[in-house]
Amino acid sequence: MTANEVKTPGTGTPPVEEEERKQSGTREFLSRLAHNHLAMFGGIVFLIIIILAVFADKIAPYDYMTINMDETYLRPSLEHLFGTDQYGRDIFSRVLYGARWSLLLGFGSTIFSAVFGIIVGSIAGYFGGVVDSVIMRFIDILQCIPGTLLTVCIAVILGSGMWNTIFAMGFGGIWGTARMLRGQILTVRGQEYVEAAKATNCTDFQIITRYVLPNSIQPIIVQCCSHIGGAVTQAAGLSFLGLGIQPPYPEWGAMLNDGRAYLRYYPNMLLAPIVMIALTVLATTFFGDGLRDAMDPRLKE
Amino acid sequence: MSTLVEVKGLKRYFDVPKGTLHAVDNVDMAFEEGTTMGVVGESGCGKSTLARTIIHLQEPTDGKIYLNGKDVTHVSKRELPKLREQMQIIFQDPYMTLNPRYTVEDTLKEPLVHSGRYDKGSLDKEIRRLMDMVGISGRLRMAYPHELSGGRRQRVGIGRALAMNPKFIACDEPVSALDVSIQAQILNLLQDLQKEYGLTYMFVTHDMSVVKHISHKISVMYLGQVVETGTTDDLFDNPLHPYTKALLSAIPTIDIDKPKNRIQLHGELMSPINPKPGCRFAPRCPYATEACSQPMSLREVTPGHLVSCCRAEELSDKQPVTAGGAAECQS
Repeated sequence: MTANEVKTPGTGTPPVEEEERKQSGTREFLSRLAHNHLAMFGGIVFLIIIILAVFADKIAPYDYMTINMDETYLRPSLEHLFGTDQYGRDIFSRVLYGARWSLLLGFGSTIFSAVFGIIVGSIAGYFGGVVDSVIMRFIDILQCIPGTLLTVCIAVILGSGMWNTIFAMGFGGIWGTARMLRGQILTVRGQEYVEAAKATNCTDFQIITRYVLPNSIQPIIVQCCSHIGGAVTQAAGLSFLGLGIQPPYPEWGAMLNDGRAYLRYYPNMLLAPIVMIALTVLATTFFGDGLRDAMDPRLKE
Repeated sequence: MSTLVEVKGLKRYFDVPKGTLHAVDNVDMAFEEGTTMGVVGESGCGKSTLARTIIHLQEPTDGKIYLNGKDVTHVSKRELPKLREQMQIIFQDPYMTLNPRYTVEDTLKEPLVHSGRYDKGSLDKEIRRLMDMVGISGRLRMAYPHELSGGRRQRVGIGRALAMNPKFIACDEPVSALDVSIQAQILNLLQDLQKEYGLTYMFVTHDMSVVKHISHKISVMYLGQVVETGTTDDLFDNPLHPYTKALLSAIPTIDIDKPKNRIQLHGELMSPINPKPGCRFAPRCPYATEACSQPMSLREVTPGHLVSCCRAEELSDKQPVTAGGAAECQS
């Protein structure tokens, strides 16, 4: 039979051992990620920050709120790694507890905007027509308002507190995500493999979950990962302005605000939270980029 | 030989801002079981739309589709899967038609699972059999589409169509994205499969040499309408429609001693949006007369050879064309 003769002349991929091929998609993805040193560095740093935040109460040598007027303005020493602030609170402990708040705000607002962004974007992308037009015009209007201004306005209206801050920050992020996903879905929906899936009796749900979303969600995941770093900065900004987490809670931005007046004499009060913010942003960005490269099999090799 | 699939008066219109686009207009076509019907025509003449409408990927605007004599034009959502098991499609660009996140196994497995005919053990065997059938070696089972060459991707596409165990396959330019040596392999594969399983093909292409090689019958389409239908031999030996003649004269030849009269058509395709009645080829036809603006339909000139040209008989002896008005060039 011709079909049998035909398959022998090798064109394209070089012969690969069957065992090697048997790697599942996830393992392949992980191995690709592991080979990206910058991404691994980012991932590990980010993981360490997360661990520090989660186990802050175990790691921190002091309580973050206890005022000790005998030990104010101490320089960094073995006893107080980053020194103490104007109330004699241990800055190292405060930075650790601060990681909790900062990461909570970062993750919270990112997840919030991702979930609603995916819902809104999917609705606009799938249904098209009038629904799409209405949603997109609404987004256009919202995006005319500068992002920071919108966030600050909502934060002012709702007041401070963790949930309010998460909502204020997440609200602005919904629309960018939605617009991005909608664009992706429109492209993927027109692909022939979606048509082929219909022809092989896939249900709408299967087409969406196996064909459309896996091929369109990847930029969203990458965006989210990089967005966490941005959200941490934004949260710090809000707290610095006094809109986010309120004293005495040691959010990094709030700590910046506390230490602002002592910059000249006790820079350690500012440097500690600044370094943490910078590390977090850097780590999430590296990791996000690595994630993107590892996720797309088309970029492989 | 019985008719497996038949379409009658099939229309597929699209509403566009400027009016109604007549992508497929009043097409009659019959596909005999176990044979290949070639559908040729230039880009944008509605070949692919016709194929997709027959396969029920698009709803026809009007007309009827019959499968084994049963009207299947409008089937309910519940019946559609059953219908799709009998009618499948192979697409043009094998890269665009495979889910980039599916391995070869995933792609072939999905239709098998949907058919509900296989349990876990027999599923694996069936995937092996399918891969064997279309000539993909077992080591590529876990390969992603981007790791495969164009020819192999097309084999996977064919395998996916065959997984449904169909009787009728619409091939939408399955080889035009491949280079010539691979084209031959895929064409041979399709022919072997036809012999073995008695498949019926609708073979859409714009390549006259390909269609001559694979088809038993050929329909020539122009702007959404069939202008000529006949057996491959009839059509190539005795083309009746001026458009068919022009198409055939465009086939390159390697015989340098044989002077070739190449008919060059002038003018552009008429717009398929709100077309005027009458012969749609008339504005480009060197033989057009007053009568050509009358509505026209296919009529049988010799048994099994249908044409929609009112001057077909008087023109049939004038070939290759030398009559006035036709621009010619010696090549």
